[in-house]
Amino acid sequence: MERNQMQMHRQIATIRKSLFDQGYLDEQFVQLEELQDNSNPNFVEEVVTLFYRDSARFLYNLDQALEKRPLDFSRLDSLMHQFKGSSSSIGAKKVKIECTHFRDYCNARNTEGCQDKLGPSRRHAGPDKSFGF
Amino acid sequence: MNLGGGQVVNKQSVMPSSSGASWKSTAAGGSGGGGGGDGGVPDQFPAGLRVLVVDDDPTCLMILEKMLRNCNYEVTKCNRAEVALSFLRENKNGFDVVISDVHMPDMDGFKLLEHIGIEMDLPVIMMSADDSKSVVMKGVTHGACDYLIKPVRIEALRNIWQHVVRKRKHEWKDFEPSASADEQKPPEEPDYSSSANEGHNWKNTKRRKDEDDEGEDRDDSSSLKKPRVVWSVELHQQFVAAVNQLGIDKAVPKKILELMNVPGLTRENVASHLQKYRLYLRRLSGSQHPGGMNASFMGGPDAGYGSISSLNGLDLQALAASGQLGQLPPQSLATLQAAALGRSTNSKSPISAPVIDQRNIFSFENPKSRYTEVQSQHLTNSSSSKQMNLLPGIPTNMEPKQFVSLQHQSGQHSFGSINNQVLIQMGGQSQSQSHSHSHSHSQGQSNTNPHHGLRPPVLSSEMLTRGGVVDMATTVYNPVVSQASSLVDFSMNHKNDSSGSSYPLGGSLGIPNLASATPTPLQGDGNLDTKVPRRGIVSSYDIFNDINPSGIREWGLQDVGMTFDSAQHTMQGGSGPVLLQHNRSSEREMGGQNRNSTSGKAIFSPGVETGSHRNVGQQRNSYVAENSLRVKAEDGSSHNNTLYPEQYGDDLLAAILKQHHQQQQQGVGQSETEFGFDGYAMDNLPA
Repeated sequence: MERNQMQMHRQIATIRKSLFDQGYLDEQFVQLEELQDNSNPNFVEEVVTLFYRDSARFLYNLDQALEKRPLDFSRLDSLMHQFKGSSSSIGAKKVKIECTHFRDYCNARNTEGCQDKLGPSRRHAGPDKSFGF
Repeated sequence: MNLGGGQVVNKQSVMPSSSGASWKSTAAGGSGGGGGGDGGVPDQFPAGLRVLVVDDDPTCLMILEKMLRNCNYEVTKCNRAEVALSFLRENKNGFDVVISDVHMPDMDGFKLLEHIGIEMDLPVIMMSADDSKSVVMKGVTHGACDYLIKPVRIEALRNIWQHVVRKRKHEWKDFEPSASADEQKPPEEPDYSSSANEGHNWKNTKRRKDEDDEGEDRDDSSSLKKPRVVWSVELHQQFVAAVNQLGIDKAVPKKILELMNVPGLTRENVASHLQKYRLYLRRLSGSQHPGGMNASFMGGPDAGYGSISSLNGLDLQALAASGQLGQLPPQSLATLQAAALGRSTNSKSPISAPVIDQRNIFSFENPKSRYTEVQSQHLTNSSSSKQMNLLPGIPTNMEPKQFVSLQHQSGQHSFGSINNQVLIQMGGQSQSQSHSHSHSHSQGQSNTNPHHGLRPPVLSSEMLTRGGVVDMATTVYNPVVSQASSLVDFSMNHKNDSSGSSYPLGGSLGIPNLASATPTPLQGDGNLDTKVPRRGIVSSYDIFNDINPSGIREWGLQDVGMTFDSAQHTMQGGSGPVLLQHNRSSEREMGGQNRNSTSGKAIFSPGVETGSHRNVGQQRNSYVAENSLRVKAEDGSSHNNTLYPEQYGDDLLAAILKQHHQQQQQGVGQSETEFGFDGYAMDNLPA
């Protein structure tokens, strides 16, 4: 039993480290972890859950916006800005980076670029989900 | 209500959140009655700091809340700017600092910042994931105390208390202890009943250089003893005159003080007022559009306003002269005013007259601190945010032309005074306004309006006088708002039909809010109700309502004002409650004379906007543009007229109404013509 627990902990630690190493998470995430304490034992989990819920909504909005032609870049930009804010707040580094790239495309009014970027943004948001708690 | 003889001491609201925070005293250097605040004990400061966090992102909100809790702060979070504002309004001294996100769906963070600065004068910290220099600069110019870049680290939050302390200290400085300087901390008593004590405190703490002045203050009217100097319309006019005499570049507080020769006024008072005035002027010149009325402000109305000025003895003429108002149909305003006047006891009193009378009512207390913020905001914002322009916008437009004309007019000062009056009124009004409102929340709104109103007016006054009015603006700041509402109301009531339409003008002040609010906010007079559909307009009325109750308006707009308020409140539901106020105030200022010109324009847009009432505040710009354009297109004058009344408040409205009424009888009568846009507005109004 204990062994299993230890193994699990180790696994979690490994996954966690890999996320950091791969650049999915950054220092901000550590801050969140530090915020967690006895009074809020599940703080990190709650925050990340909230983030996922929020990002699901965001991605939905994004899809809708991307379907329009011509693309409403200012709306896309503001959507991305919001998402960038939340992702950076939880330390979702890659997502944040992708958001920045996406916004660059928006600023450049690059339709294809935006479409292309959406994929990576989604993908990068994915790995965070796998981060078990 | 603080209607002192020209000096109203704004109690509490002005004081740095005295009531709650214990650390206030620490910040104030021992002043403030320890505030029962959260900390309760200065030593614990900054623990217990009451923070209000506003962010539409739930993730960020949650993280911030946790971080702030970890800093031992008392956190209240909300994800909507409107909600945040209502929190703040309901609980005037319930918060010490506000942290707000820049990008929010319902209201721009900067707008919220403005509102808070005007109404509550709390330190506001902006935050955003956007770290581009322009946005940060915008934060600075809007008066944000700090700007945090997301992701926010807890270390950054640990030090936010410094902003509270700093602000408190500044606020203290604003107080002019007319009485002997005591060691004590002025903020202790909101009412400053013991002016002598307070004066003493201030004096000592402030290293006053104008000992003489202070001595005089002491002997002077008790109102002067209050820590806060109320920049009444008269006072402001004197100030402006002095500044103009010296030349804006050479105007130094000491000389201005000497020229003004007002007993009890200190150099510090003058200095801070001058600073605000300068900012105001800067903003005006910065946002000024060549086209006259500030395009940003009004969305390009320029032509109509000029005519409006003629309506008002002083202001109107100025406006007309400037030609900016041309667009706004003075007629409507005149009609409104006439109507208003007719109703009121002073049926014919010239616009300027009532305004002037009111001067004493204004108390400039709060506006000052806010004003600087507002000013800076406006100055830089003229182009960036239309909304802001409403406040400054009006003045800017007016400035080029109106000011020139106004300057010459005696009305110039009166304008200022008007503004001041308005402001003062507003200050006091906020309280009174509430009563007129049927809605409880309206109360909050009315309060806010005053503030907002004050701001805009200040700007406009500046515009008019070209430079001396800055202070006025501030003072006016509060009262203006209320006045504006009353004015608007007034005009509206008379108009009945048009009121709805005319409000668009007021809308700029407050209409935007109205628009968004439920259509039936107007409760006061029946007229208001009609307006309600306009939504945008309604809000502005509130301001007026507020003003009226104070009785400042001789015209008898009082009732109007009141109704307006209620209308406004209801309307407020929309996004722009705060916005409205701003508009109004700006209108108000102008109300005297220039108001017509500029405010009219600005107001048009918001109010008239057909569907945008919702976020009037935000859309104000669009509104303005739309309205102004529409107004012009439609009847030209009719719409304009209607709009003006709102802006200018009672005086203006009366003047305008009268004038327009004669000039263009669109048809049915004042109500119709003036509110010509009424019909027009109706269409546009989303309602």
